[in-house]
Amino acid sequence: MKLECKHVWEHISEYIDGGVDAKLREDIERHLEHCEICSAILDSTRNILILTADNRTFELPVGYSERLHKRLAKELESSEKDSKKD
Amino acid sequence: MEMTGTTEAGLIARILAGEKELFHELIRPYERMVYVTLFSIVRNETEAEDGAQEAIISAYRHLASFRGDAKFSTWLTTIAINEGRKRLRRTKGAVEDSIEEKEESHEGDYTPAPLTDWREIPLEALERKELREALRVAVTELPGIYRQVFTLRDLEELNIDETAQALGITTGAVKVRLHRARIMLQKRLVPYLKTTAPARRRFFGRAL
Repeated sequence: MKLECKHVWEHISEYIDGGVDAKLREDIERHLEHCEICSAILDSTRNILILTADNRTFELPVGYSERLHKRLAKELESSEKDSKKD
Repeated sequence: MEMTGTTEAGLIARILAGEKELFHELIRPYERMVYVTLFSIVRNETEAEDGAQEAIISAYRHLASFRGDAKFSTWLTTIAINEGRKRLRRTKGAVEDSIEEKEESHEGDYTPAPLTDWREIPLEALERKELREALRVAVTELPGIYRQVFTLRDLEELNIDETAQALGITTGAVKVRLHRARIMLQKRLVPYLKTTAPARRRFFGRAL
């Protein structure tokens, strides 16, 4: 079956996740071979996901981990006392 | 990033048996995930950090109720989501989009933006700071229901089932929201990608 671009776009997210069935995957791949527009859309979407998963894109506040473990240490200490009281 | 089931289960058992200090070790691989989850809901650094601390302390206090039928990461994410929602209600009342917009509508145009003069993003473009900044802003400005699914799935890399479980929605809803979120981001970021030089090589960095 010959796919239209619009049809490929509808499945682009599932295609990236490997969620389309074998037949549809094959049809999409055949379409991508000759359609530069869809290939570009696929590549750009994929690259956005690569960038999203890159830890440098969404950074943690400076000192986050230190503050967290300090607070946690306090909590552990106070629960220690509580359990000794029991 | 992930520890093996036995190591993690072993750690949890030891913490519950009294080796409390090990909780630091248990939580370390998930610190980032908890913060990012909180941020995707409250969209404010200070609130997200305070919430992350609260969520992690709450996880410590309730560790005994973790049954191991879900993954620890999913269980922890659920706690983080609840903490975020609680904070949102406290700070913004009922006007926030993620509360107001509970379901995806059937309307709206979710077609990607074509890039006719451009084929692939060069590796160098992905290294550009402006692109990262634009992506950060675009994700933060997504409507709540899309932002949360996108964050769990594409930032924290939970799978579809785990995302559905953590948010308490169906896998079908996860797929629809994820698709729309990705397309919305693609559309918004195209202007930043178009101005780049022609590609010389492809960049496959993600196992799919």
